Amino acid sequence: MTPMSDLVELLETLCPMFVIVDETGQIQSVGHTLQKLRPDQPMAQRNFLDIFELIRPKSVTTVSGLMVASCGRLQLRFRDEPRTTLKGLVAPLRNRSGAVINLSFGISILDAVRDYALTSADFSGADLAIELLYLVEAKSAAMEASRSLNLRLQGAMLEAEEQAYTDTLTGLKNRRAMDHMLDQLIQSQSSFALMHLDLDFFKSVNDRLGHAAGDHVLQQAARIMMEETRSEDTVARIGGDEFVLIFKGLKDRKTLTGIAERLIARLREPIAFDNTECIISASIGTALSTQFKTQEWAKVLNAADQALYEAKKNGRSRHVFYEEPAKAN
Amino acid sequence: MHGLINRAIQSFVCATYGWSCWQRATEKANLGFVEFEPMLIYDADVSTRVLDALCAELSRSQSEFLEDLGTYLVSHPNMEGLRRLLRFGGVTYVEFLHSLDDLSDRARLAVSDLDLPVLELREQSSTEYTLRCSPGLPGYSSVMTGVLRAMADDYGALVMLSNDEGLGANDVISIILVESAFSEGRRFDLGARAQ
Repeated sequence: MTPMSDLVELLETLCPMFVIVDETGQIQSVGHTLQKLRPDQPMAQRNFLDIFELIRPKSVTTVSGLMVASCGRLQLRFRDEPRTTLKGLVAPLRNRSGAVINLSFGISILDAVRDYALTSADFSGADLAIELLYLVEAKSAAMEASRSLNLRLQGAMLEAEEQAYTDTLTGLKNRRAMDHMLDQLIQSQSSFALMHLDLDFFKSVNDRLGHAAGDHVLQQAARIMMEETRSEDTVARIGGDEFVLIFKGLKDRKTLTGIAERLIARLREPIAFDNTECIISASIGTALSTQFKTQEWAKVLNAADQALYEAKKNGRSRHVFYEEPAKAN
Repeated sequence: MHGLINRAIQSFVCATYGWSCWQRATEKANLGFVEFEPMLIYDADVSTRVLDALCAELSRSQSEFLEDLGTYLVSHPNMEGLRRLLRFGGVTYVEFLHSLDDLSDRARLAVSDLDLPVLELREQSSTEYTLRCSPGLPGYSSVMTGVLRAMADDYGALVMLSNDEGLGANDVISIILVESAFSEGRRFDLGARAQ
């Protein structure tokens, strides 16, 4: 047995994707796994660089040049299809001219295993290829499980948001909560008063000082409304600067007028924001459920809306009760 | 207990006995929910309650039930992904048996918070093995007995298994390899990804 065939046998066991080239680059011997990638084109006796195109180092064009370049590390790919990329390491042979080049798939292993129908037997026992394939499949399965959990959680979150009753900016109730509250009042045939409150000059604060100032004003206005109402009353923000206040069981106009006037007075006070002052005020329209024979809250809301319109028309910063057409005449 | 384990039980019961059986068991066990999330962690007590409820509902012993679960995990088309992961353990059934020493590490590599008991294979002779299951997950050796049986079919090997559950600190499964190439077994193509 010649020393050369000894070496070939050794390499077949340790790294079955090896190539032995002579100093001109002609392939002397090739590992069985590497040959399996081109089963119909025996690589022996062909030139290494006719089969493989060098990606790195780019400047080198001869095999002898390879042996000195970049510590022998190579990046290359097949010249014909499938153009699998390979990593390589060149080790010059000391006693004769030529070199051993050991190739491996690197990250292209996933496609390579499929493209070339490789099996465990094609890899050396010390190769981590099988572990890598295992890991990719295991991680994909785990990721898939996580992804589907995320999708379900996202769906649940959207649903929860939809069902939520709170206006996140001010902490007041939102329109949905107001609808729900009014439904309940109608169902239990309770009487109630409904104030529709609109902030005056809010748009100009927003335009002049920006959204942060606008948000701050809304939060302060919300705080004032909470302070001026009882805990059993409902305060809801139903639009940008529109609020609805519901007073269950309250029908005394004097009391309601008092609340409305206090609200207007406090909302006229300048609100400090970032060394400047924001000036707003409020217009309020109030309607009583007892003003209607049929129990339909949309009518009460609409009536309060009309009264609010009156208040605005009469110069803002005012409170107006809804008056039934019959009485008005 | 890891949601993946609970979810495996749920998947097995739904595929084998039907959704309504699973639903009844979750009600009986007072879970307060019907579906386990595979990527969340649950109290161990939750799994115990649902297992007890299932075994009562199906009038089966826990070890029988869990062994069938193990078989399901490898042989059912729903579980092709898991079968493939186990087949990465080796080219032959004996190699697969030896790879079980790494099973808990492999599981952790894939899902870092999945803690499976350590398994240790001892080779008595080339045809006789024992698999020692560390404590930590009650019934694990029953599940593994089912897994070993189904994997033998997968590799085409003929084996005899017995599970000496509860003798001493560790559960021990004895494996006698009657014939390693008894039938063709199922194909395992490295490059074919499980769907």
